Amino acid sequence: MAGRGFRKLLTTTAAAALFSAPAMAADIEVIHWWTSGGEQAAVSVFADEFDALGGDSWIDGAIATGDAARSATLQRILGGDPPGAAQFNTGRQYEELIEGGLLLDLTELAESEGWRDFIRPSTILDACERDGRIYCVPVNIHSWQWGWASIPVFEQSGVDLPKNIDEFLAAAPQIQEAGFIPFAMGGQSWQHSGAFAVLMLNTLGRDKYEQLYRDKSVDVASSAEVRKVFESFRALKQFSDEGSANRTWNDTTNLVITDQAALQIMGDWARGEFAAAGEEAGVDYACIAGPSESPYLTTGGDVFLFPKQDDPDVEQAQLKLASMMVNPRVQALFNNAKGSLPVRDDVDLSLADSCMQAGLELLANPDTVVGDPNLWLTADTDGQIRDLFAEFWANEGLSVDDAQAQFASIIEAAE
Amino acid sequence: MTAIAAHETVLEASGPRPRQVSAARIGVYAFLITAALFFALPLYVMLVTSLKGMPEVRLGQIFAFPSAPTFEPWIKAWSTACTGRTCEGLTPGFLNSVKITVPSVIISIIAAALNGYALSFWKFRGANFFFGLLIFGAFVPYQVVIFPLIIFMREVGLFATLPGIIIVHTIFGMPILTLLYRNYFSALPEELFKAARVDGAGFWRIFFYVIMPMSVPITIVAIILQVTGIWNDFLFGIVFAGRENLPMTVQLNNIVQTTTGIREHNVNMAATILAAAVPLAVYFISGRWFVRGIAAGAVKG
Amino acid sequence: MTSSRKRFANLNAVIGASPMIAVAVGLYIFGIAYSIALSFTNSRLLPKFDSFAGLANYERLWSTPSWLVSVHNIWLFGLLVIGLNMALGFLMATFMDRRVRQEDTFRTIILYPYAMSLIVTGLVWQWMMDPGLGIQESLRNWGFEGAAFAPLASPDTAIFGVVIAGVWQGSGVTMAILLAGLRGVDEDIWKAARVDGIPIWRTYVFIALPMLRGALATAFVLQAVGVVRIYDLIIAITGGGPGIATEMPAKFVIDHITSRINVSLGMAGATMMLIPILVLVAINWYVDWRRKRAALQAIG
Repeated sequence: MAGRGFRKLLTTTAAAALFSAPAMAADIEVIHWWTSGGEQAAVSVFADEFDALGGDSWIDGAIATGDAARSATLQRILGGDPPGAAQFNTGRQYEELIEGGLLLDLTELAESEGWRDFIRPSTILDACERDGRIYCVPVNIHSWQWGWASIPVFEQSGVDLPKNIDEFLAAAPQIQEAGFIPFAMGGQSWQHSGAFAVLMLNTLGRDKYEQLYRDKSVDVASSAEVRKVFESFRALKQFSDEGSANRTWNDTTNLVITDQAALQIMGDWARGEFAAAGEEAGVDYACIAGPSESPYLTTGGDVFLFPKQDDPDVEQAQLKLASMMVNPRVQALFNNAKGSLPVRDDVDLSLADSCMQAGLELLANPDTVVGDPNLWLTADTDGQIRDLFAEFWANEGLSVDDAQAQFASIIEAAE
Repeated sequence: MTAIAAHETVLEASGPRPRQVSAARIGVYAFLITAALFFALPLYVMLVTSLKGMPEVRLGQIFAFPSAPTFEPWIKAWSTACTGRTCEGLTPGFLNSVKITVPSVIISIIAAALNGYALSFWKFRGANFFFGLLIFGAFVPYQVVIFPLIIFMREVGLFATLPGIIIVHTIFGMPILTLLYRNYFSALPEELFKAARVDGAGFWRIFFYVIMPMSVPITIVAIILQVTGIWNDFLFGIVFAGRENLPMTVQLNNIVQTTTGIREHNVNMAATILAAAVPLAVYFISGRWFVRGIAAGAVKG
Repeated sequence: MTSSRKRFANLNAVIGASPMIAVAVGLYIFGIAYSIALSFTNSRLLPKFDSFAGLANYERLWSTPSWLVSVHNIWLFGLLVIGLNMALGFLMATFMDRRVRQEDTFRTIILYPYAMSLIVTGLVWQWMMDPGLGIQESLRNWGFEGAAFAPLASPDTAIFGVVIAGVWQGSGVTMAILLAGLRGVDEDIWKAARVDGIPIWRTYVFIALPMLRGALATAFVLQAVGVVRIYDLIIAITGGGPGIATEMPAKFVIDHITSRINVSLGMAGATMMLIPILVLVAINWYVDWRRKRAALQAIG
């Protein structure tokens, strides 16, 4: 590699760019997968704000589905025609791009702006860090640990809102008798594994959860507590409906919105569905953090990375865009439009509803924040776990013992 | 040329003549209509859904006729649906798709017809070996060879250009099209070819004046395959065509693959039918040339 | 028959076939060798040829439940879909060949599934096979209380739901190829058969069908290619589920070289997929070679 010298040169130009007007306007093509009507508003915040900075312009490269967009980014990098910026999820998906020296180093910018000081929780910036250097910009936070409950269904079944999954399982037969679907679950494997991981965090607590996913502890994977999670999951299956196979997550959320089902475990993005249907938190539906008396939140989210370019003008524009994305005003506008939580504390979220407020409180407390398993697991391992949980959900011939043994061996083999 | 001229007279009357209206005749129609119903059922669901408003779509009565038909979803799909930051529906990619499809179809078919012709009439050393390899290649999932192809395109400087995407489509269409022509030619009467040789015609002359006029039905099939495949391609278009030439499937994909918010099924159905309009027109129009007796006509002419 | 043609071999033939040679050698040999080589490495996101992994990827492959299920599925699905498509395709082609009115309309209806994006048609099939929305519910509403048609809901039957959609999507092209073949059959043969008083169905089955060898072979290979590479249909209709019940080899490969970021494991799967095809191609070469040798001996 051209090595340190090149990198230094690069960062000096970067710093220069911050304080002087760019020499030449550049087009920054941004690949992202925010294609729905609602997401379009959020993308437009970024695009309009960037264009308003003057000189450079945002070229929209929307490609639906994360997989297609990420593949296109990677293939374009290999073909020598990289985009100016590209959306990824927090995790290990881009670690080889960093190792290969294909991404713009943002450390200089991050240090001069003090990202470490204002980006919270720290786990969200950790996802962008490698050997002490920063290679991407986190733009929002999403967490999985939410139970979405239909208040009318619980009332009509004569059951109180559950505080945790055990309570829910105890009440589920009564909900079923009242003619409702107790547990709403869809058919995509990530829905199964996501809900499973939620049960896992609630049962294991933060320390053992980290031992399991970060340190790949086979002991934890084989423990009685994990066995209990498998058993609870199997029990939940009994309380789901026949149409579960193939259902998308938002069609599943719609069962709760339309008061056909009592509870769904889904990430905080489900909030947007309730909002779009005109439902009010606390009246029509409840968001139960955890669902547990002592809830934790994991922090996933979207990041942007900036593939290296030969053109210094483009590099300056890339740094300008990176800086803009964490700007407090832009963070507020963007996350209000997107319905996600901002990566910094000091932004105005007057539009946040009670569910978002609850999330913000949990995020503010370092003790209730846990890293997302994707920080520690490769996409490959995550995929194996997904396959296992999806099969465990669909195929009741797979016993709890066998499933747990498979789980332990996946954790053991994980890199 | 004479072959086609000789055939004009048979255009109206293709197929062995039915003797009379009989039970067999009724059976033919009964079968075809049953088959057509099976094939058309999903299209029916799509059409009625595309004419419903969202409240009616949510009722989930997929076979019900729309109570108040509306063309809003069609207009939205064509010109105002959001596909990211821009909200221009399917329109922006339409011309690009034409720009990619027309040359790709023509070039890939000519190349494959030549291959098939050389393989069936002009045996040369190693022909079968190369043909076997080509067919072998047809079975490999595209994604497996996409990396080497990207690197190749980068090295020749055609990555993310219009000629680049045309070459890619020609390459991936080649195995099946070559097979199509080779097998079709092998069933043609060889006397034709021999007669042309005796008349002193060479490789190219025979190809353009004898073989191509006889391959009209199979060329129609080749056009059907290629127009469909290239028009609907997403995987190659998004990588090899370059930002300026992104095909309509990118917009279609962005409209229908929504993962958050309300899924507007009516708009999605309309967009899908609209995006398929070009191949559908090709299927319908192709019938004119999809006729019997070209070979026989040529022999007589 | 080959011997008489052989005499015409010349430079032009090589020029005519040169695009094929370039592609066959360039892309397929290189591409295939490249993927086989990668399957013995530890590549994750990017190709890395300096990390030799031995047979580790193959060991993992053959102990991965989703791969084992997919291997089972591809045979079941392949036999059913190819068989049904060929039978239905031939029937439709012969019936269309009977000088039917509205041939253009019938052909378009039978072919249209092939032209439509599977993302949405797949969703329509999901709806039609959904226990609460689809055909089952409609039949029950019409009074057939016991009607049951929701194959996608259960891991045991989901593959048959995919077969139905596969036939719906793929038989039209088989029909078109066989119809083109039938249209290439000499008009005189029909006249001769009629003069001899041979029933029409016998003419089709015993005279036309053998003459369609080339078209049948083409249709078969096209179907087989579609089956081996089946990906879009699965994504659109079941996503591989319920659970992993409808996983397919090509989906396994593509998942691993894209979203699961384990290129070398994906390439190991791709390499395994090539073996049955290699066997078929080798058999074909052998048969050709035998035939050629027999022809030479007959002349000599």
